[in-house]
Amino acid sequence: MGASIEPLVERTTNYLNAEHSVKSWLLTTDHKRIALLYLVSITLMFALGGVFAMLIRIELITPQGDLLSSDSYNRAFSMHGIIMIFFFLVPSIPATLGNFLVPMMVGARDLAFPRINLLSWYLYITAAAVMLYVMVTGGVDTGWTFYAPFSSLFSNGRVTLTVVAVFIAGFSSILTGLNFIVTIHTMRAPGMTWGRLPLFLWAHYATAVIMVLATPVLAIAMLMLGLEHVFHIGIFDPALGGDPILFQHLFWFYSHPAVYIMILPGMGVVSELIACFSRKRIFGYSFVAFASLAIAILSFLVWGHHMFVSGQSVYAGLVFSILSFLVAVPSAIKVFNWTATMYKGSISFDTPMLYALGFIGLFTMGGLTGVMLATLGVDVHVHDTYFVIAHFHYIMVGGAVMAYMGGLHFWWPKISGHMYPEIWGRISATIIFLGFNLTFFPQFIAGYLGMPRRYHAYPPEFQVYNVLSSAGASILAVGYLMPLIYFFWSIRYGLRAPDNPWAATGLEWKTASPPPTENFEYPPVVLEEAYHYSDEEAPIA
Amino acid sequence: MMWPLTPALPLELWPLAATPAGREMDALFLVELAISVFMVLLIFGTIFLFAIKYRRRSPLERPRPIRGGLALETTWSVIPLLVFLGFFFWGAKIYFANAAPPKDAMQIYVIGKQWMWYVQHPTGQREINELHVPAGRDVQLIITSQDVIHSFFIPAFRIKKDAVPGMYSTEWFHATAPGSYHLFCAQYCGTSHSGMIGTVVVLKEADYQQWLAGGRGESMAVAGGKLYQKYGCDNCHGRICPTLARLYMQERPLSDGRIVRADEAYLRESILDPGAKVIAGYPNVMPSFRGVLSELEVLQLIAYIRSLGTPALAGEGEGIGAGQGTGTAAGIAAPDARTQQGNQNAYPPDSNPHTMQGERSSEVQKREGGEVRDKQ
Repeated sequence: MGASIEPLVERTTNYLNAEHSVKSWLLTTDHKRIALLYLVSITLMFALGGVFAMLIRIELITPQGDLLSSDSYNRAFSMHGIIMIFFFLVPSIPATLGNFLVPMMVGARDLAFPRINLLSWYLYITAAAVMLYVMVTGGVDTGWTFYAPFSSLFSNGRVTLTVVAVFIAGFSSILTGLNFIVTIHTMRAPGMTWGRLPLFLWAHYATAVIMVLATPVLAIAMLMLGLEHVFHIGIFDPALGGDPILFQHLFWFYSHPAVYIMILPGMGVVSELIACFSRKRIFGYSFVAFASLAIAILSFLVWGHHMFVSGQSVYAGLVFSILSFLVAVPSAIKVFNWTATMYKGSISFDTPMLYALGFIGLFTMGGLTGVMLATLGVDVHVHDTYFVIAHFHYIMVGGAVMAYMGGLHFWWPKISGHMYPEIWGRISATIIFLGFNLTFFPQFIAGYLGMPRRYHAYPPEFQVYNVLSSAGASILAVGYLMPLIYFFWSIRYGLRAPDNPWAATGLEWKTASPPPTENFEYPPVVLEEAYHYSDEEAPIA
Repeated sequence: MMWPLTPALPLELWPLAATPAGREMDALFLVELAISVFMVLLIFGTIFLFAIKYRRRSPLERPRPIRGGLALETTWSVIPLLVFLGFFFWGAKIYFANAAPPKDAMQIYVIGKQWMWYVQHPTGQREINELHVPAGRDVQLIITSQDVIHSFFIPAFRIKKDAVPGMYSTEWFHATAPGSYHLFCAQYCGTSHSGMIGTVVVLKEADYQQWLAGGRGESMAVAGGKLYQKYGCDNCHGRICPTLARLYMQERPLSDGRIVRADEAYLRESILDPGAKVIAGYPNVMPSFRGVLSELEVLQLIAYIRSLGTPALAGEGEGIGAGQGTGTAAGIAAPDARTQQGNQNAYPPDSNPHTMQGERSSEVQKREGGEVRDKQ
């Protein structure tokens, strides 16, 4: 739309062309360059995780285990889960868009600790290197959940190194969270009060709190698992005097909040997109902001809903069930407020908005099926079936990845200085939406029929759903490849991006595209609320 | 690999529920589904409507801002909350009913092992990857695992329970429709996880009686009695240690002042970890049998102790001959055969081609067995 408006003054230096040496990238402390380092790294890991997903989907076209051996299949889904969760979804939005935008949105020159930010990327790369080493030297067959005592004493994969990789990746995440908390607390520009923070920042603040508080528990669980695996110290295996349920408590104490590490930043992105492409202030701004905090707090109290059939006390099940219902309420509040934001707006359907609308739809379905899973009686049947697989892919892929793609398109002009081809953007967003539903909707049915997860071979009556799912996955893959191609294309051939192609509010749009190394020519001062799309006063409802 | 069932229809959309509890769960699920579909249509419909009605007609449009209202926010927070609470109570009711087996339910023992289900009927029948049960009766399963965590899942009954090593879990059902149903392991357990499947056969009462008459082996209590003799338990029990007669389900004071009920979990713990809860007034002298006895042998010993009577039914079934089975080990002979050869590690029959686990567990067992001998 606004792509035809050329910037009036051609600025010559920006963060991309300020320096060109390899060293200037690998030793940079510029949050924008680090965001790009992350963008390249997690894109590679996403592609790798996607390759394992394709292996899984091809294997499952037929009921027999014919393409891969059982051990190879178990390695494929383990690598898919570990890579996608720890090396793509957890860092995805925070480490790329968050890294790029948190300082710009608060009006600061960089994050609070630029060198720690670089350290966090090096930790991530180290962890990823260890994981790749695991992959080429035999892989791991524990699943991403590492349930003991299977993983500690029975697995024939490379458990020790995998545990080390996840342990290191966790510290990368802790450091990112720490940086965000301190930056948002201490480096806001004059006038940027808490009540004026864009919702993207509220979401990242809530995410950072979870990263800092929950990830150490994952580190502890991984350390204990490593101790039992290497030294046979009895912590989880009852044959050595341990308790296998303890591992599940420790693991889910991190891994359930981790679900919100993955989805909260996506909610932040969607709030920005809906506001911009409706040209409206987010309806119920403070409710959406506090819903993020409510989700962050409640997320620590629901881990036991992964254990309704584990043999934990039925009364514990009762408590975890009701708390899980409670965490659904702030999510519902967000969905209603996003929808209400569109009321009497000025709505355009650029690619980022298509992703945002897709997010609302798919996240709603993921959330409602989550409510079914929180129901004690129902969970007993669908636990560990494809129903659960479908549910969390609706949240993780339909939610988090859709928001990530939407955000990437929205801020791509700012990041790269170029416009992506809008028509191809809309086509690929539509393909991804359709391919996603074809891939994962049939899994709800297969799951309710009883197909267990992590099955290499399955009874023939489930085949029709698996064939549909595999067909959808190939469409989804095409949808994901298209942006990869046209983003690269746009760097060379795309139209030069104006400073503010979407006529959006927010400090990041008040500087050049791409921004100079120091972000702003003059330290910004904030005089108005977030999403100030009209000078008219709102009537008091 | 052979799949035991052929699908009746090429496209199945709704799974058969073969138990009343399963049908109630379906009802709850359908209500949740209906409300969810309504919500999805409402939200999609609203978005679609707004997207058409308020589409941007001019790039210069600057719509008037609208502030949210507390009343509206409260409405759309409280209504979902109330609906969720309804789901919660209904779901909890089903969950609690599933957790409490009726007192007179027949009990069947299930042991998971990489990668098979071992089923032991109290009357002596043994099955692998099959479970025969009568229609119209309450059946309670007592589930444990020999190695890693498995999960006993019968989709048609809508039940699932993890088989956790070192722990007895319980699950019950009341099957009404005779037929064959899938049995799956739902918790990932290693290489052949997807091969750890079987069939649950629900038989009419007459057919079930016929089946019972077919494959009767040594009853669990008789097998347990033999173990009791073999390990010389009566050298101490009844002399310097508590008598086992009428012990089952009795409430006994412990040396630390607590009171414990002698249920399956307590008996198992006292066999494998005797020092954990010592009955008041007795010395803590019993050696651990961890690594010496297999999970099945522990269950057999417990069955033997049960056969010695309960406090309520004093005097009933005293002595070794109390079990029903009198025949030789004619069922699945492998475990007994190996036990008779003195190989205590060998239960259940090892179909495991993956030797690492076998080596590891026998190594641990040898090590711990050695400790026991040292203590003795």
